[in-house]
Amino acid sequence: MTAIEILGLEKTYNVGFWRKRPKCALRPLHMQVEEGEIFGFLGPNGAGKTTTLKLLMGLVFPTSGSARILGMETHDPRMRAQIGFLPEQPYFYDYLTARELLEYYAGLSGVPAKERSRRSQEMLERVGLHDAGGLQLRKFSKGMLQRVGIAQAILHEPKVVFFDEPMSGLDPMGRREVRDLMDQLRQEGKTVFFSTHILSDAEALCDRVAIIHLGELRGIGSVADLTSSAQNRVELIWQGPSVPSSLRALGAEPHIAGSTVRATLLEANQDAAIEALRRERLRLISVVPVRASLEDYFVQKLKPTEAVAGGRQ
Amino acid sequence: MNSRIGLIASNTFREAVRDRVLYNLIAFALLMSGAAILVGQISIDIERLVVINLGLTAVSLFGIVIAIFIGIGLVSKEIERRTLYTVLSRPVRRWEFIAGKFMGLAGTLVVNAFFMAIGVFAALLYVSHHFQASDRWLLVALYFIILQFLIITSLALFFSSFSSPLMAAVFAFALFVIGTFAEDLRGFGAMAKGVVRWLATGAAYLVPNFSALNVISSVAHQRPVSGQLILYNTAYALIYTLMAVCGAVLIFERRNLK
Repeated sequence: MTAIEILGLEKTYNVGFWRKRPKCALRPLHMQVEEGEIFGFLGPNGAGKTTTLKLLMGLVFPTSGSARILGMETHDPRMRAQIGFLPEQPYFYDYLTARELLEYYAGLSGVPAKERSRRSQEMLERVGLHDAGGLQLRKFSKGMLQRVGIAQAILHEPKVVFFDEPMSGLDPMGRREVRDLMDQLRQEGKTVFFSTHILSDAEALCDRVAIIHLGELRGIGSVADLTSSAQNRVELIWQGPSVPSSLRALGAEPHIAGSTVRATLLEANQDAAIEALRRERLRLISVVPVRASLEDYFVQKLKPTEAVAGGRQ
Repeated sequence: MNSRIGLIASNTFREAVRDRVLYNLIAFALLMSGAAILVGQISIDIERLVVINLGLTAVSLFGIVIAIFIGIGLVSKEIERRTLYTVLSRPVRRWEFIAGKFMGLAGTLVVNAFFMAIGVFAALLYVSHHFQASDRWLLVALYFIILQFLIITSLALFFSSFSSPLMAAVFAFALFVIGTFAEDLRGFGAMAKGVVRWLATGAAYLVPNFSALNVISSVAHQRPVSGQLILYNTAYALIYTLMAVCGAVLIFERRNLK
């Protein structure tokens, strides 16, 4: 079943003080996110990721198009009770303690009064802030605020969770914990939609990703599909001091590091290369097909417009 | 009252308390104590008049200043700091947010006025050693002051829903000053001719009539306040407040939170 359905969502702002001129933040966007998947929304800074999330949250109104979450309109309060949202670089009421803030948000989300305290405590423990529940948020570090932000997004047990740059401000341990948490959410059957420009996070976590640039969708698909685009090349690694001349003749591009040699060559020459190594009595360690990384795909998807934009200047 | 409005209102009240807004009560207490001691020494038979005038005027001014300076940030500060994002992405309607914010600040002002009123009565007891039957009209004057707070809070909220805090403060304060002289403006409109008459009369009826809500001088002179005026002022203040809050809601409902 479809969790998020975006139907031609478009946003144009009028900028300028005296002479207003239109600035397109998001071109008509069409895409769907299925229930239970972790969906990565990728793009460089200013690509339109936050605008899309704000449109889905009903914080800004679309110029045209619409969106449905769990089959309901984005302004429907019944739908809002079933989603969680972590904004980019979140800022909370700093005069409240973390526990008070979570209890306040639990109340606004419709959690019954008698459950709010227990639920808040559970969330604080889940994000590793069980000792800081009584501390005012003005004394929190950026990383701690990010954890509170994640806790407030999931404390009412939403079906769909939206995270805008969830790893921002976190140290490596914190990032790993957030990745684990997102994985847990998937195991609980929740849909996670998160925006990021950190591709390694998306590659490690996402079932599917979409790439957006200059307000335009450039690509969408499963991470496996996007990164398995046929390169028709393999990488051979072997141990030994030399690169056989027959291997060079096959077009291998070797890189020697100590006693290990790494070389890529066309897949069609794979068998001949292995035979050449055997003849020279060199110890083959691995043969791996070369796959495009998500970064390669991302860079490829961003290039054409930049070339065009550069040509226009 | 819907529970979400109640939660937003109590959070707004908590913010005011934790941001030490009620510390103004200390300044007020010092003012009243000083005035009571000083008046007792230098006034001849007009101690009550001075204490009532000074006390009620201080209650009014302290409250108006708080209403304007907190009211102007009620919406704009939440947008600027993006605290609104995590509220409005929940099952909270925009009108509920505005209503909760209004009620939270109005509640803060009522609590503040309650403690100040205790201060005024204490100072009055200190200088005259007993209460008089006419002192009950002081409660009516205090009630009118609270009605003024409701109006100015709703106006600050209205301006806050579409302009920067600075501009909202300028607009709200300007309306308070003009509204204080609303009766004079009406008198001027009646005397003027042509376009000026229309403009002055229109402006006089558009701005809040704070002069009708000011009976401080009258009660200080132990004059009673008619039941009709109480009813009229109550209806006027509630309608004006409701219109300003509805205006804030209408604007905020259409606003993009960039």
